[in-house]
Amino acid sequence: MVTKELIGITVNVNEEGYLVDPGQWTPELAQELAREEGIELTDAHWQVINWCREKAGETGASPTLRQITKGTGISTKELFKLFPKGPAKKVAKIAGLGKPQGCV
Amino acid sequence: MSDQNRHVTFICSKGDLDMAYPALIMGWAALGNGIDVTIFFTFWGLDLIRKDRVDHLEIAPVGNTSMKMSMMGVPGNLGIPNLMGIIPGMTAFATAFMKKKMEELEVPPVREYIEMLADAGANLYACKMTVDMMDLKEEDFVDGLKGIVTAGDFMDMTEGSQIIFI
Repeated sequence: MVTKELIGITVNVNEEGYLVDPGQWTPELAQELAREEGIELTDAHWQVINWCREKAGETGASPTLRQITKGTGISTKELFKLFPKGPAKKVAKIAGLGKPQGCV
Repeated sequence: MSDQNRHVTFICSKGDLDMAYPALIMGWAALGNGIDVTIFFTFWGLDLIRKDRVDHLEIAPVGNTSMKMSMMGVPGNLGIPNLMGIIPGMTAFATAFMKKKMEELEVPPVREYIEMLADAGANLYACKMTVDMMDLKEEDFVDGLKGIVTAGDFMDMTEGSQIIFI
């Protein structure tokens, strides 16, 4: 585990950059985490982030790519545009969740 | 190398249901990891992208030593005898069984997987020689196919890529 300075707060992240303590997540922190990934968050991004946080709250696990497209109704194409190069992992990181474990 | 994105290429040469999934699953995982993906369909692998075949891929118990009687409720590691595998309906049975198992794991059918891969940016190509050999045309294939290319084209477009033959 390592610590990281973001928007003036010290947060705990694992080796891959995922937040370790979900309690440290705030929407402002998400903006900053997204910026690190080169993403400026829009309403469409937030729709995905909020859905993923809700889903993870229910199941205890980060949703996979296909669960996100099925659950939000956002197409695969659109999702890869919103979060290029690995949407499920990027969303999980920005949403303060763990790394998605499923294959699909 | 560092400024170039990782690129993984799959060559799909088989059209059996069980041999269709490795490239689809790994290709999807690669895209999910931000890796560029190319899939080259050749010979029986063309069945994965043929409109008339993609929903009819099968798995046959004949000659498949890994398929045991346990799938029919018989405990232990007894294999399905080849003689039994040739009984009409056995291939359909094995196919339906596998499809059901995949569905339970929320693994999409092959047609949907191909669509997902294309939408996520995978480069899908068909092998020109086998397309010609089987008298197929571009319109015989599902949407998302980027083209029908020669072996030489394939070599050009996969320079520096990791290649997995299935």
